[in-house]
Amino acid sequence: MSDHNINAEKYWQANLRLILGSLVVWALASYGCAILLRPMLSGIMIGGADLGFWFAQQGSILVFIVLTFFYAWRMNKLDEEFGLQE
Amino acid sequence: MDQFTINLLFVGGSFALYFGIAFWARAGSTKEFYVAGGGVHPVLNGMATAADWMSAASFISMAGLIAAGGYANSTYLMGWTGGYVLLAMLLAPYLRKFGKFTVPDFIGDRFYSNTARLVAVACLIIASVTYVIGQMTGAGVAFSRFLEVDNNTGLMIAAVVVFFYAVLGGMKGITYTQVAQYVVLIIAYTIPAVFISLQLTDTFIPAIGLFSNHTESGIPLLQKLDEVVRELGFRDYTADVDNKLNMVLFTLSLMIGTAGLPHVIIRFFTVPKVADARWSAGWALVFIALLYLTAPAVASMARLNLLTTIYPSGPTAAPIEYAERPDWVQTWETTGLIKFDDKNGDGRVQFYNDVPAFKDEATARGWAGNELTVNGDILVLANPEIANLPGWVVGLIAAGGLAAALSTAAGLLLAISSAISHDLIKGSINPNISDKGELRVARISMFVAIVVATYLGMNPPGFAAQVVALAFGIAAASIFPALMMGIFSKRVNSTGAIAGMLAGLISTLVYIFLFLGWFFVPGTASFANTPDNWWFGVSPLSFGAIGAVINFVVAFTVSSMTAPPPKEIQDLVESVRYPQGAGGAVDH
Repeated sequence: MSDHNINAEKYWQANLRLILGSLVVWALASYGCAILLRPMLSGIMIGGADLGFWFAQQGSILVFIVLTFFYAWRMNKLDEEFGLQE
Repeated sequence: MDQFTINLLFVGGSFALYFGIAFWARAGSTKEFYVAGGGVHPVLNGMATAADWMSAASFISMAGLIAAGGYANSTYLMGWTGGYVLLAMLLAPYLRKFGKFTVPDFIGDRFYSNTARLVAVACLIIASVTYVIGQMTGAGVAFSRFLEVDNNTGLMIAAVVVFFYAVLGGMKGITYTQVAQYVVLIIAYTIPAVFISLQLTDTFIPAIGLFSNHTESGIPLLQKLDEVVRELGFRDYTADVDNKLNMVLFTLSLMIGTAGLPHVIIRFFTVPKVADARWSAGWALVFIALLYLTAPAVASMARLNLLTTIYPSGPTAAPIEYAERPDWVQTWETTGLIKFDDKNGDGRVQFYNDVPAFKDEATARGWAGNELTVNGDILVLANPEIANLPGWVVGLIAAGGLAAALSTAAGLLLAISSAISHDLIKGSINPNISDKGELRVARISMFVAIVVATYLGMNPPGFAAQVVALAFGIAAASIFPALMMGIFSKRVNSTGAIAGMLAGLISTLVYIFLFLGWFFVPGTASFANTPDNWWFGVSPLSFGAIGAVINFVVAFTVSSMTAPPPKEIQDLVESVRYPQGAGGAVDH
């Protein structure tokens, strides 16, 4: 295996780790806080509703935006670190 | 100036703008026709993606769904945005790197099989055609309501408008028109919402108003709404859902389906670089969120406004007399979307939840049944009238609703025509066709697609309400898993992928047909479509996620029992993973 292949393999592993981490947050915000964990969060009130309701109607969408921008920023930086940018 | 003239000015003005843009950005080559020449700025592409994505359903129906269902229908908000996270990380950058024009292109090449390509073309056409019928119908309704023409005339006008700018401009014309359409639709959606938020909560931003105090009563808006609906026998607006499994699966199906819809995916082929595809997904989500964060506020405020209109002195006092109903109720009664039936003959409008649990209280108040039916679709369209806003805001809403329907229709038609001309004609039937010949075929197939969509819009096949479930189910169960496995696994081979797509597609179709009728023929459903009959409480709308799992399992199992893909295919997978032209695999 050439250096380039080892380098590329490392890049791909880093990408997979980043995706996995991001998807854990993605699932926690939507399926977690907004749906399954809602009863546990019912004590935390926010503007007339509980935290789970806020996550279902606004919070999860805000988390999604942050996640996609974070991923784009992090990956574009990884491209440069590994010399794989276009 | 009367309302009709104002509407005409707003709608006519916005159309003139779209035509102008389409003429300026007309397509000269297949690359411009399919992917706008691949030179669209990521922010503009994000805006165009947002307009492409937000259909008549998002603009007109979604707030009504949330208003009716409260917390339970938050699934639409999360499902229709969360898919972009999947798109940004699992599909868009790699498919951009692959660098071809269509979704079946990738599936056909990656799984080195014309059969796989044709299965993908079939899935794409079924999903997109069902979807486009809904858009044409929506545009027809908006035309007929605001321009006072009959429904079919409205549909014809919509078809002619789309024909001109989509056939002429291809993806290039569609992209820049969608940017303008996004601006029109977001302004139209936001302005009435801001006024209503100011009226109810003294808060300028509707999304913040949703969690603020209701000015008149001094208690939080959502608490006020819960109290009012409870008095009338409805479930609390913020009440939790019992069937959480179904809620999770429905949200997941919408997310996977969103990420797998071809007309959304091809938008990411239009940006110059892989890095731009990543940014562009983020921008698309920002522009979508501007509407999606406002929608739940519009929903709760419109519901409260509606109930306050009917019960001016509170839900425990007498409702208004029918003779004194406001003008907007009369306007919408003529469309049949609001219906009144004075069951107890007292001349007043009783509006409540007619369920057994509320029977005693209703009888005690002398009520003989719910007397008012309000179609949820009118909430957004009637919003300016409910809040007594000036006539130009109504004109703006008309232009916005049409922008939402037409931009989505154009995107879908492009996906259909490119699948036919590029994948079917060039890919299978006549590979030697010239660029000019292919461009002509692309325009002809788009023309045919518009004619078919218009015909089906005028004669809906009787399953208009179910088609969205079908489109999302197919995209989730067949297209998304095939694309994802093609990128993230080098081991999945053509036999596995074809078996997986067919297993996902067929299992999803069968589950939908079991409850909604075989091929949607009324009366052929094997089971009544009620929660008691659903297997493990999973509704037919939520089955796409399970279909996707079936697809993955079958594809991996079959692949592991058959020969791995040839070396050049494994190299292809390597090359889409790395943004740089020379991917790892070609550099030995």
